[in-house]
Amino acid sequence: MLKTSTIVALAVAAACAQAQTKSAAESIAEYRALLAEGNPAELFEVKGEDLWKKARGPKNVSLERCDLGKGPGVVKGAFVELPRSFTDTGRVQDLESRLLSCMEMLQGFNAAEIAKTPFGKGEQASLEGLVAYIAAESRGMKLDLPQGHPEERKFYEAGKRIFHFRSGPYDFACATCHAEDGKRIRLQDLPNLTKNAGAGAGFGAWPAYRVSSGELWGMQRRLNDCFRQQRFPYPGFVSDATIALATYMGVNGKGVPSTAPAIKR
Amino acid sequence: MADLMRIRAQAAGDKATVRVLMSHEMETGQRKDAAGKTIPAWYIQQVSAVHNGKAVLSAQWGPAVSKNPFMQFTIKGAKAGDKVAITWVDNRGETRTDEATVS
Repeated sequence: MLKTSTIVALAVAAACAQAQTKSAAESIAEYRALLAEGNPAELFEVKGEDLWKKARGPKNVSLERCDLGKGPGVVKGAFVELPRSFTDTGRVQDLESRLLSCMEMLQGFNAAEIAKTPFGKGEQASLEGLVAYIAAESRGMKLDLPQGHPEERKFYEAGKRIFHFRSGPYDFACATCHAEDGKRIRLQDLPNLTKNAGAGAGFGAWPAYRVSSGELWGMQRRLNDCFRQQRFPYPGFVSDATIALATYMGVNGKGVPSTAPAIKR
Repeated sequence: MADLMRIRAQAAGDKATVRVLMSHEMETGQRKDAAGKTIPAWYIQQVSAVHNGKAVLSAQWGPAVSKNPFMQFTIKGAKAGDKVAITWVDNRGETRTDEATVS
C-alpha cells in the first residue's frame, strides 16, 4: 500500500516538473488549439457567404459576378493569390481593396465613403464577414502571390522599403520587431516576416478573430493598427502603402498554407 | 433577429459530442461607451439542449461568459440521425433555437 502511494507521488512530481519545463510558447499554442475548436470566425464566414450572395446596394445586385483575380465569381483559391494586379482598375489590389471596387462597380456603393467609415461600423462590418468567407474558401491552400506584372514587383520592392523604414517618435520600423528569429513581446512570439516560414504564418493567418476584443480583423485593420502602434500617421484604408506591405509579406510567405481566418489572442 | 448558431454533433460509440457556437454580444453592463455612458447589460441567461424531444441539458449563464460563446457537451446514447436542438434566452427576453442532426 505504502509502495503504491509513493509511486503515485513520484508520478505527480514528475508531471509537475514536466509542466514547468513546458515553454510559454507551448502553453500559448495549447491555449490557441483549445480556442480554435470553437473559432467564432465561423460565425463571420456564414454572414459573409450571405452577403456575397445577397442582392444589395443602390443597384440591388449580388457580388457573385465579382472578379477576385480568378475570373468573375470564382472565390475558391482567390485569397492565396492576393494582392495582385488588376487590369480593369489598373491597380495592385488586396482582398479588401478589390471588394470595395466590386461593391462600387457592381452594387453601386460609394467606395471612398466606405473606406472612410471606422472599422466595424456600417459597410466596414459587411467587409469583415466577406473577407472571413473568402479567406475560409482557400483555407489550407498554399500562398501563391503572382509577381509576373511589373506593378506587382514594384509593390513588393515598395513594401520591402516600408517594412524597413524607421521613423516616428520611437524611431521604429516593422523590421524592429519582425526581422529577427526568436523575438517576443511579453508572451507573444513575433514571427520573422522577412523569412518564408514567419511570413507565411503571420500573413497567412489574417483575417482573424481576436478573442480579446471579440472582433474579426481583416488584413487592412491589422496593418493600419501596426502603423498606429509605431505611432506613424494613419496610412488609410486600402492605401497603396498597406497593399505594398501585404505584397511583401505574402510573397515572402510563398508556399506556406493559409490558416485564415485564424484565431488570435 | 439573432444570428444563426453553429451546431455540430458527432456520434462516437454510445455517445455524441455536441459543439455549439452562439452569436451574441454578451455585454456585461460594466463597460462604458466613448461618451461615458454605461452600456446596458445584454447576455444569455438560459441555455437548454433537447435530444429527440427530451431535455438533456439546462444551464444558467451570466455576464462572465465571453462574447460569441462556445459550448461543448456529450449526450449518452445518442446516435447518428438523432436531432439535437439548442435554445438560448437572453436578459432582454430574446430567444433563438437551432437544430442539428447527429452525424
